[in-house]
Amino acid sequence: MINDLWILATASLVAAACSMVGVFLILRRQALLGDAISHSVLLGIVLAYLLSGSRDLFVMLFGAVAIGLVTAWLSDTLHRFGRIQADASIGIIFTLFFALGVILVSLFAGQIDLDQECVLYGEIAFVPFDTIYLGGMENGVEIGPRAFWTILVVFAIVLISILLAFQRLQTVSFHPSLAASLGINILFWHYFLMTLVSMTTVASFDAVGAILVVALLVIPASSAYLLAKSLKGMLWIAFAYSQVAVVVGYAVSYQLDSSISASIAVAAGILLALTIAIQLLNKRYRQKQPAKQFAPEQASSNA
Amino acid sequence: MSPTQTIFPSHPPLSVKQLSMRYHHKPVLTDVSFSIPEGKTIAIVGPNGAGKSSLLKGIMGLESIIEGEVKFFGEDLNRKRLATAYVPQREEIDWDFPINVMDVVLMGRHGHLSLWKRPSRIDRDIAEQALKDLNMWEFRDRQISQLSGGQQQRVFLARALAQQANLYLMDEPFAGVDVATEKAIIELFSQLKQRGKTIVCVHHDLNTVGEYFDWIVFINARLVAAGPVEEVLTPENLAKTYGGRLSLLNDLTEQLYRSKVNKIHDEGA
Repeated sequence: MINDLWILATASLVAAACSMVGVFLILRRQALLGDAISHSVLLGIVLAYLLSGSRDLFVMLFGAVAIGLVTAWLSDTLHRFGRIQADASIGIIFTLFFALGVILVSLFAGQIDLDQECVLYGEIAFVPFDTIYLGGMENGVEIGPRAFWTILVVFAIVLISILLAFQRLQTVSFHPSLAASLGINILFWHYFLMTLVSMTTVASFDAVGAILVVALLVIPASSAYLLAKSLKGMLWIAFAYSQVAVVVGYAVSYQLDSSISASIAVAAGILLALTIAIQLLNKRYRQKQPAKQFAPEQASSNA
Repeated sequence: MSPTQTIFPSHPPLSVKQLSMRYHHKPVLTDVSFSIPEGKTIAIVGPNGAGKSSLLKGIMGLESIIEGEVKFFGEDLNRKRLATAYVPQREEIDWDFPINVMDVVLMGRHGHLSLWKRPSRIDRDIAEQALKDLNMWEFRDRQISQLSGGQQQRVFLARALAQQANLYLMDEPFAGVDVATEKAIIELFSQLKQRGKTIVCVHHDLNTVGEYFDWIVFINARLVAAGPVEEVLTPENLAKTYGGRLSLLNDLTEQLYRSKVNKIHDEGA
């Protein structure tokens, strides 16, 4: 029972952090870059582990952020100087980095407790068994799963960043040139967001793996994009969608005895499909109604 | 009403020296130099693909320039950011972005705020006044996608106004707007001019250029002419700018003649 709670709490934080970062990826039309970083951070984790010999949270975060930023920068450079299309250059860089990560994992399989299955899919059901101790392994106090604390720290970083820099993030997402004309360093904020994406994906790795983290980055934020009238609203709606997906997905996986993270991703997808369907029906219904209520909304171009 | 006296009469609001720009090794603009007077409305005019928008973006540092120097009130842009307000082309804006009218206008105050500061009461008052100046106050809570094209343009003008700049650079503010908005923009121009502000617009409509603007900068990959309307709006300059499209040119000459007549007529009235 307590394990179920740890799993739910971890999944909930993973989904929350991913959905909030995802809002900015969707608004900036950088969903593919989120996809890319979520895969290439594998190389960052493996390299950080091989170089430091430690699985310490901050070492992992550092490795992931470094590789995440290199991915974003190298994709852009390849696009600009190699004159390769923007989306193609992203696809080239992240698959290359991911492949290098996979090779390193298989080469040093004995030293790294990451296997390829786990990297791709994650296994949130095993999260409760990898616990950490406060005050050392020997005589410290067990404080709960490593994955939970990792994502808690990252979620806090994401939340504080968004709260503090809300206005700037809004401006650079809405209109980069306008932001630049106001003297805002748009390159800094681009890499700042990429840092948040890298940290969020690496902290979500244990739980949902490299593929399903993309679902949580993109789907709740896309649902929110359809409904939101303000950035604040979009963040809240994305958060709500992500939490419903976690609860529904968990319940389904419990019933079907299926993979928890996959069920959460499917639940998020079904919620998006429902949202689109309801919007379409709503539009139809409105079109059939006499247009008296909506006419002034549409055609009020008077001064 | 007498125009506000200039504080630094020796420095023009904007001066461009030997500016050249390229796009993928293809020259877009070559050796463009001009400087503009304070307290006037200036149109940048030229055919499609002449580099008008590029010029504006190059001036604002939004696209890289190969060579040249741009000075704002005699200084670099970084020292005059807040004094320079930029209004992007309407097509470059994501109108589905979840943001309401008031928040867009408040962006005009961001340059005045540090990172985590929220807009103060004063910032909100300034934004409110800007929206009222453009008759958009009643739309303050609308999401921007729920506005007509003209209303959207006015929101962006209100944003620039809220910045309380001295120099306004606008990319085609008259493109695709309704009559009410066109009037609102003209009204705004004359208010800004009365306060000694300078307005530079990329403009494509030769019918109205003589009427709406005091000065013209003719561009076609190079500078063709720059100066007061009465001096530079000539058939020769139009021919140089628009090239060999003669049938069009005849129309233009006729339109030009009419718009001049109208102007004289209006001034006489």
